[in-house]
Amino acid sequence: MTEPLLDVRQLSRRFAAVDALKTVNFSVEAGEVHALIGPNGAGKTTFIHHVSGALQPDSGSIHFAGRDVTRRSMHQRVAAGMARSYQITNVFRGLSALDNVALAVQGRADSGSSFRFWRPVRCETALFDEARGYLAQVGLADKVETVAGNLSHGEQRALELAMALATQPKLLLLDEPMAGTGPEESARMVELIEQLARHVTILLVEHDMAAVFRLADRISVLVNGQLICTGTPEAVRQNADVRRAYLGDHL
Amino acid sequence: MAFYRPAPYQKPLAGILLLALLALPTVLTAFGQEFYIGFATRVLIFALAASSLNLVLGFGGMFSLGHAAFFGAGAYAAAICLNSGISEALFALPLAMLAAGLFALLVGAVSLRTRGVYFIMITLAFAQMAYYLFVSARSWGGDDGLPLPARMTLGGLPLAGDAALFYTALGCLGLVIVLLGRLAEARFGRVIQAIRENETRMEALGYPVFRYRLLCFALGGALAGLAGALLANLSGLASPNLLQWTQSGTLLVMLIIGGVGYLYGGVVGAVVLLGLEEVLAGFTLHWHIGLGLLLLGIVLFAPKGVAALFGKRHD
Repeated sequence: MTEPLLDVRQLSRRFAAVDALKTVNFSVEAGEVHALIGPNGAGKTTFIHHVSGALQPDSGSIHFAGRDVTRRSMHQRVAAGMARSYQITNVFRGLSALDNVALAVQGRADSGSSFRFWRPVRCETALFDEARGYLAQVGLADKVETVAGNLSHGEQRALELAMALATQPKLLLLDEPMAGTGPEESARMVELIEQLARHVTILLVEHDMAAVFRLADRISVLVNGQLICTGTPEAVRQNADVRRAYLGDHL
Repeated sequence: MAFYRPAPYQKPLAGILLLALLALPTVLTAFGQEFYIGFATRVLIFALAASSLNLVLGFGGMFSLGHAAFFGAGAYAAAICLNSGISEALFALPLAMLAAGLFALLVGAVSLRTRGVYFIMITLAFAQMAYYLFVSARSWGGDDGLPLPARMTLGGLPLAGDAALFYTALGCLGLVIVLLGRLAEARFGRVIQAIRENETRMEALGYPVFRYRLLCFALGGALAGLAGALLANLSGLASPNLLQWTQSGTLLVMLIIGGVGYLYGGVVGAVVLLGLEEVLAGFTLHWHIGLGLLLLGIVLFAPKGVAALFGKRHD
């Protein structure tokens, strides 16, 4: 078997008296959709923060695309091909959808240095053409000039996704992409993630079980900072520990 | 927030203003008011200093209370150049900018690791340290300051006349405004404005935020140094008072009056503040009361500054 795209080994983190993460071993294979689920407070977002580089672990290591990135900063991990979307929508609300995505394109090393002081960005048509492509990909082709703050919640989540895509990631970390969306928007988001999954590996944190079981190739369950089970959706559904720990009647 | 974009009438307005300023020394001389050429030069220099703070605070979102340290460093660098025989502005001014810029790079490298009120305090602390350093530096005149033996020369021509220095300051300010206007719309300007709004998001888009902020901070310091060097020439002295935190406060007040994040915010603020000081001081010793009332008025009725009354920052 080839080396996994993301390999988290023995990751531990304490906050004061709380073991937020206890020797977590976790991997994402290239090409798969790997969902991370667990009850509230299980440590899912803390885990994502460690993977993305927002937090540093007490011990353990994180390997990404064959390199140890444990001590790498967030922007270095993004440059290496790891993009994330936020649980709480985090876009530039005063900028148009197009400017938001163009900013993400501009941040990529292959789009050239941003230490440029003279030429107006609006002359860089390639930047905006590419940005339009990502907006079309997430279904926002007709909202290009709309100020992000005026987009609906679901559209803002889609915009967030377009920004992540614009960094051309190998791995997409999606932290509750369905959070706060209505049933209709949710359904559209599931379709969108299904499409994206054909091109990019996804680590999905999500509460919506229907979405998780539809999208995921593998599911890992985190309870009280410990990974209690990893397996196919079917195996996780059958697992007695999982049922007892949290899923109950949902399955 | 949106990215900076110039208002449509900004360029023609600036053009008219430039023509008026070009004619100013001649007009003042014709009316026998040469004294005001020096005053106008002072306004231009402070407009330059406030504009340099605008780069750091207005576009970069870094609330520095130590900006005067770079202003003063530029003044001392110019004074030291002149005292050691470098009197050509084409060498001395870039040297002053380099010295102030490197100093800002050092201060920024430490202070930009902090945020919010800590950043304000640490920049203030650095500026005060520099102030006391210059106060105690005997060989540089201590708290009397370091006098300049003469003004600089520009391309071999002496800047001894008030009009010559006025035009030099005008040229510098014009160049800096053009540079800042271009920068704000270029890639770098967009990045620092976006960092001002949400630095974590920028980090998550792959931008090395610290590097961008540091360069912005150092660039602002270098431009403040240019203003300081010009001021030393105008007053014939590099005084430690230029580095004091009250001087940083004055620059901040100018910028807030003028409009933080507006290209001409620093210019408008310098004109209003120094103009008011000049007018009110003619009537009463207690001119600070008038200034206080003005500040109150601005905060209450034009919280984005005077420049905001004329043009939208495109919100």
